[in-house]
Amino acid sequence: MTAAATPATVRVERWTPLSVAFTGGLAGLLVVLAFAPFVLGENSQNNLIQLYFLVILAVMWNALAGYGGLVSVGQQGFIGIGAYGVVFLSLQHGLNPYLSMLLAALIGGVVAIPVALIVLWLRAGAFAIATWVVAEAFAILVSLDPNPAIGGGTGTSALLPFNLRYTPTQRLHDTYWAALGAVAVLLLLLFVLLRSRLGGSLQAIRDDEEAAASVGVRVLLGKGILFVVAGAGCAAAGTVILAWQLSILPLGPDSIFGINWTAKMIFMVLVGGLGTFEGPILGAVALYVIQTYGPNGGVWYFVLLGGIAIGFALLMPRGIWGTIQSRFNVQLLPVGFRLRTGDR
Amino acid sequence: MTWVNDVVHGILLGGVYALLASGLALMFGVMRIINLAHGSLALVGAYMAFLCTEHLHISTYLALAPVLPGALIVGYLLQRTMLERSLRAGPLVPLLTTFGLLIVIANLLQYSFSPDVHSLGEGRIGLATFDVSSTLTIAWFDVLTFGVAVVVLVGLQLVLRYSQLGRELRATAADPDTAELVGVNARAVYARATAIAVATAALAGVFYGMRSGFDPNSGANELLYAFEAVVIGGIGSLWGTLWGGIVLGVAQAVGAQINTEYFALSGHVVFLVVLVGRVALQSQLVVPRLRRAQA
Repeated sequence: MTAAATPATVRVERWTPLSVAFTGGLAGLLVVLAFAPFVLGENSQNNLIQLYFLVILAVMWNALAGYGGLVSVGQQGFIGIGAYGVVFLSLQHGLNPYLSMLLAALIGGVVAIPVALIVLWLRAGAFAIATWVVAEAFAILVSLDPNPAIGGGTGTSALLPFNLRYTPTQRLHDTYWAALGAVAVLLLLLFVLLRSRLGGSLQAIRDDEEAAASVGVRVLLGKGILFVVAGAGCAAAGTVILAWQLSILPLGPDSIFGINWTAKMIFMVLVGGLGTFEGPILGAVALYVIQTYGPNGGVWYFVLLGGIAIGFALLMPRGIWGTIQSRFNVQLLPVGFRLRTGDR
Repeated sequence: MTWVNDVVHGILLGGVYALLASGLALMFGVMRIINLAHGSLALVGAYMAFLCTEHLHISTYLALAPVLPGALIVGYLLQRTMLERSLRAGPLVPLLTTFGLLIVIANLLQYSFSPDVHSLGEGRIGLATFDVSSTLTIAWFDVLTFGVAVVVLVGLQLVLRYSQLGRELRATAADPDTAELVGVNARAVYARATAIAVATAALAGVFYGMRSGFDPNSGANELLYAFEAVVIGGIGSLWGTLWGGIVLGVAQAVGAQINTEYFALSGHVVFLVVLVGRVALQSQLVVPRLRRAQA
């Protein structure tokens, strides 16, 4: 897959033997993981579901900030829409809960379109806070829903629609597959998007918006596509979170619309490596390890997340994977272009 | 008559938001730094004042005497340690570090003070009211808050326009390298300006805390309201901030009159409507048509 370059000794490289092996390996791993419900116990499956939605969140936040230069502190708005969308469709309209999950993720993408039209005109800090305002507005609107099954500050539960159709074991298996499927589909979608023309134009936008616009990059379209994909992706994660924990709250920092989700996303992406494809996945694993073996939730957990995020932003802005990548010049999932000089 | 009441109280409520927004307007409008921890720093000011009133048995107003100088020091150190490094690392990094700070502050406050709602006493003036008409009663405390907001904004405006610091600050914001060439110590100027911004935040936090209860997560709302006031009023304009605060306060008061749960929501909606309106005005959709109409 090497494209021809003008001087004979310089060529553009997309795939390397290492990246072919790794991408194949990752695809193989996803297939192997699909058999986990037949092998692993309930606890392990529950843990993996957590890891999966963390991976989705990290990858989506990184798509915005790392590739689009868009620091959103309001993606929890889409997480909440996804989760409440499932409740709305399955509880109020009697749809199959897993079909509801798929539809709710798409609703997240559709809702992202008008939001993008409002917030994408804003730069850096203004964009960040405006996304937060939108998320707050969503949360308040949902909590004010007149239907008592949905609205109200005490939250809601999707236990009923799941239990009507599935035994607890079936529910766990199907939720596991839904979460794994969401990870696979969203990673593939982003991989294809970033390898396409859009990937190049997005990096141009991130590096210098005016310069990109001046050479014909359609800045708003590029950012808009990312924002809609991230909206659908975060909503998908929200649907998985709902299916996993079943009951959700609308208001407060720890709720489904809570700012703590953004704290987790920023942590994962900064630790893993902002603007790398592999980094956020690594960051999600790091957060998963902290949650499993260290504090999970609570005051010190978030002090730790915030403190480590600040430390990485200041001292190691490329994150773990970005640092490895620049030192050893490796790319395991090839979304970029590399120039090779010499015959080899 | 209730509507007149709401508008008047909304205007006075706007004073708190303008006060909260003044420091944010200074940093965001002039220095182009967005500090997502602004509301959290305001909240820390309120908690520190609470500690003073609890342990020293002094009034909230007297507690400002130790709190404000403390906030100046915190602001100075914040700029020298965290923000300065963040700014050098790129335009997006200050957002990430100040967001991290916001999370750390909220959770440390929760650890130290429990998640319960605290409040600060408003002193004797807190209970005093005067009647404008038979149906409209105004609290002296609201008038005081509004007055403090106006004084702070006028003060900031004067400092920016006429003082050495203000001139150096504007020069640094416009072009830091050239400012350094003509002898401005850009780092020191930014650190002093941040110190002032954090002190206004702490002052606003104390007044916010006297007006309504606060808990460790109130910093988020204080940030959002302050930012909404800045944007509604127009970024970069200190006077606009006062108008922005008033518009936000009136929107919330009128929204709460329709349904008490619409209080925050109506403010958010007005903010988003202003954003959309401004986008429509600036974008190619409307402006050429207006120009054609003029021609």
